[in-house]
Formats: sequence, C-alpha cells, structure tokens
Amino acid sequence: MINFIPELKARGNPSTVMNFFVPVIAVFLTVITGSIIFALMGFDPIFALHTFFISPISTSYGISELLVKATPLALIAVGLAFCFKNNLYNIGAEGQLTMGAVFGGGIGILFYDTSGFWILPLMILGGAIGGALWGLIPAILKVKFNTNEILTSLMLVYIALLILDYLVVGPWKDPQGYSFPKTRKFGDSGRMPLLFSGLRVHFGIIITLIGIFASWFIFSKTMLGYQLKVTGYSPIASRYAGFSQNYLIYIAFIFSGAFAGIAGLGEVAGPIGLLYRDISPNYGFTAIIVAFLGRLHPIGIIFASLIIALTYLGAEDAQLFMQIPAAVGFVFQGLVLFYLLGAELLVNFKIVFRTNI
Amino acid sequence: MNIEVFIGVIQIILIATTPLVFAAIGELVTEKTGVLNLGVEGMMLVGAVTAFVTLVITGSYSLAFIVSLLSGALMSGLFAYLVLILMSNQVATGLALTIFGIGLSSIIGKQYIGTPIQGLNPYFFVALSFLIVFLVSYFFYKTKLGLIFRAVGESHNSSHALGYSVIKVRLMGILFGGCMCALAGSYMSICYAPMWQENMTAGRGWIALALVVFATWKPGRTLVGAYIFGGVSILQMNLQAWGVNFPGQFFNMAPYLATMIVLIIISSNRLRIKLSAPASLTIPFFKGR
Repeated sequence: MINFIPELKARGNPSTVMNFFVPVIAVFLTVITGSIIFALMGFDPIFALHTFFISPISTSYGISELLVKATPLALIAVGLAFCFKNNLYNIGAEGQLTMGAVFGGGIGILFYDTSGFWILPLMILGGAIGGALWGLIPAILKVKFNTNEILTSLMLVYIALLILDYLVVGPWKDPQGYSFPKTRKFGDSGRMPLLFSGLRVHFGIIITLIGIFASWFIFSKTMLGYQLKVTGYSPIASRYAGFSQNYLIYIAFIFSGAFAGIAGLGEVAGPIGLLYRDISPNYGFTAIIVAFLGRLHPIGIIFASLIIALTYLGAEDAQLFMQIPAAVGFVFQGLVLFYLLGAELLVNFKIVFRTNI
Repeated sequence: MNIEVFIGVIQIILIATTPLVFAAIGELVTEKTGVLNLGVEGMMLVGAVTAFVTLVITGSYSLAFIVSLLSGALMSGLFAYLVLILMSNQVATGLALTIFGIGLSSIIGKQYIGTPIQGLNPYFFVALSFLIVFLVSYFFYKTKLGLIFRAVGESHNSSHALGYSVIKVRLMGILFGGCMCALAGSYMSICYAPMWQENMTAGRGWIALALVVFATWKPGRTLVGAYIFGGVSILQMNLQAWGVNFPGQFFNMAPYLATMIVLIIISSNRLRIKLSAPASLTIPFFKGR
C-alpha cells in the first residue's frame, strides 16, 4: 500500500535543479489531470487535449493570438514579482490594470480627433501613473495603518471596476453610441501599432519585453533588486542591514501597479480600441499564477505567460468545438498552481514515499 | 419611517448578513488554529452551486445541504493536504483554491443558470448562524479541546511538545472552515437568491476574511462586525431606493469601501493586532525527523 504521507528530509540548501523542474512537473501533472477530467466528461482525451493545447496555436493567427494574450499576462506578472519577492501579496493587479486603462484611455478619448506621435506615449504614461497610484493605496495603508495588503488591494479591484462602469455608462459614454455602455473609439494615434498586417499582435509586446528586461536588470544588477531579495528571504536580516522597509514596500507596489496599468492601457489601446466594461478577462488575477509558475524570474515568466495564455485560447476552442464552458480555463489555472505549490516541497525537501506504514 | 418599514429593514439585514456570519465564523476557526485560508470565495461558490444543482436534480433540500457541505469538506481537504502535508505557501494555495473554485462552479452550474427553484425560509439559518457563533465561542473559551485549538494556533511547536497533534487540529479547523463556507454558499443559492449565477457571491468571501480581522479573532465580534456591515450595505440599497440622486456605482462601492475603512481603523492599532492574531498564523509546521 502506498503511503500518501511522504516522509521528508530537509535539504541543506534549496535544490537548484528542482527549482527549475518544479514548474515542468506542475504543467505535466496538470495535463494528465486535464485529460482525466476530459475523459470523465465523456470526451476522447487525445482529441480534447489536441483541441485544448495544439490546434489553437497551429496557425500563424493562433500564434499571434497567443502573443496577444501573453503580452499583458507577462507584463503584469513581472510587476507582481517585485511585490511577491518582498512577500507583499498584491492580489489587486486587476484593479491596477483597470485604473491604468481608465487614466490612459481617458487621454485617448480626450484626443480622439487629434493626431500626433505624442498621443500614444502620453497614454502609456497615463496608464503607468493610473496603475501606480492605484497600487500605492494599499502600500500607503500598509505602511501608515498596518492594514493587510491582501484584503485592501482586492477591495480596490471592485472599486476600480465600478469606477470604470460609472465612466462608460455616464460621463464618458459615446454620444453616438446608441446608449451602449462604451466610450467613443480612440483616434488612430491613440492605438498600439500592429506588428504584422492581418494579425492582432501589437506594439504592446515590445513594451512587455522592455519591462521584462528592465526587471531582470533591476533584480540581478542593482542594489534595489538585492534589497528586495534579502527582504524576501529574511526580513530580520534586511532590517539589520538598515534597508528601509517602507521604501521597499512603496517601490514594489509602484512597479507592480505601473506595470499592470501599462498592461491595461495596452489592452484598450491595442485589441480593444475604446473603453467598456469587460476590458480584461481576469488578466490581473491570472497573472498571479503566471508570476508563481515563472518562479518570479523574468525569463521564467515569459514561458509561464505563454503556457497560461494557451489555457485561455484552449478554453475558447473547447467552448466552440466541445461545448465545454470557457471557465475550464480557470480550473486548469487553479490546478497548475496547486501542483506547483505542492511540488515546491521538492525544492527544500527530499521525499521518501515508503511502501508500508 | 413607520414601524413596518423598520421591521422590513431589520428582516432584510438579517437575511443578507447571514452568509457573511457563516463564512466569517468558519474562517475564524481555521485561522485560530494557525492557518490562513484565502479560498473562502471559491469554497462558497462551489458550495452554492453543488447545493443548487443537487436540489434541482433530486428536489431534496436536506440532500442539497449535505452535498454542499461535502463539497466544502473536499475543497478544504484539498487545501489542507497542500498546506499541512506538502507545507505549501498558505496565501498562494488559498488564491489557487479561489481561482479553481470560480472555474469549477461555473462549469458545474452552466446549464442551471436561470433555473427557478422554490426558496427556503431563511429564518432557520439566521437562527442557526447565531447558534453556531455561540457554540464556537463556547468551544474556544470553555472547553479543553478549544484551548488546545487555540494553543496550536499560537505556538505549534509548544503544542507539539505537549503531545498534541498539530496536523490533526489544523485539519479539523480547515475542514470546519470549508463546511461553513459551503453552508454560506448554499444558503445564498437556496434561500437568499434563490438561484444560481456565476460569481454570485460577489466578493462576500473576501469581506468575510476582513471580518475576521475586524473581530480581532474573537467569535462574538464577527457577529457584531457582520451586522454593522450588513446594515451599511442595506442602508446603501435603501438610500438608492429612496431616490437619493447619486450614481448607482458609488452606492455599490459602499461594502468594499466600508471593508477598507474598517480594516484601517482596526489595524492601525498595531499592538492590538499583534496580541490578537494567532501567533503561528500562516507559518507551516514541520515536525522534522
């Protein structure tokens, strides 16, 4: 009989090999579990897996859609890494994304009939500021009033979504929009340039890559990155070294808020082109999984964002061809995080599954 | 305002606040044993949908609640395996549970959106919520097992040294929390709404988490917190109904803003939080062999 209570031996040092393999194991186990779930639902698992994971990216259009989805996910996730490395659980990226879209998109609406090369950069700046301001609120509350950032950042998501809702049905409603809850379209100068004609992949991906490179540089080459890392591993050591804890909290939330804000602006100035209620299919929450799956490392986050973006596409295809609700994507995302967190044990412990109790 | 309107408002507050009480008291017990489960929202949704679907299929209310409680036990059991046995990060695992629960509940309930059912009389559950809060309070402060539960939450190493099974106590705390969340969800889909809709809990799970902090981990105060909260939310709805001229979205922000303000007021007293929070909260326990 197999004993499900593993016997653990602590490793002296965290295993670097396992650090790399844990996400691979998690994805592998998720695919296995997914095929079992499909089989239980009465589908041929091979066909289902093909529909879910292969056919969405078998055309150049599919690859482009994958990149369109991965663009915001990777940018938000790398921003969240600033917080998570420091053990700050900012789970309100969805709200920061929304406020980025509101600030940047507001500029786009203001200049809808103006053209100029400066409009898009101004919108991106607006997105960054909107996201950063929204991210600063939980940081300030944590520093000044000792509030739990998990709960405040999440409450701010609901508030941000209601602000957006108010704007698109109220003052910013398209005057020619037949009272649909949406704003007017941004002008051409307020749109992300497309990279290839006929495909939706847009300039936002360049911004994401710049953001990822900048984060890699900050994490591995600067004093700030070192301070974040030390604080994450040992808050006591960090305080002893004299690193300002409050400064690190502010910086982490500003970066993650600004990155999420830019990602939000990238969505409205990219594929969408205006503001309305459902600008994000939960990218802000899904990016939390991307950040963990990428092990908070910029390169890891690139791969993780592609894998998770695929769950979005796969869920859409599964809905189309197999009549499975698109929410199956969330189930897969939850599963991959379960497996990842469970398998993380292997980094710090050796496991012996004894065959008798 | 005449007396009938007043009684009507009180009734609405009682009915609307009850799910918050269930979820908050469940999470309080979990946290008292030293485990933070952020999966409340996900467990509530799965509890809501399993109860609803069972009721539609079998027509039996008692079966609906039994299946719902089982689903809560299963979801929280999954969480318990990860955080207790595999010692995973409790914050991240709870988030995973919520995301998983949102997805799972949508899939299970897809065909049942808009199915009409006969709602149950909620007052039994209102009374039950008060009874459970009383029993939990009695358990923690008047029984030996309750003392052990609290000890495990304060210092798992000392409790282990005294011969108490930290893992067993925490498992019980987590399972109780899961069942209470499922009860909160099933109450919403069978009594309060009564219907199934995706994401119908609308953040109540997170508000319940905030209520535990508000209550500074004392069972009786969750009741006070929940009712202040329920009162504010209902007042907001009534102001709207009485025609106060203000965009509806700002009224809808009230519960979330109220949660934040309450958290700020309670948490700004650092010493009080430090003294009230279970000292081992979120710290994994490893026996070390």
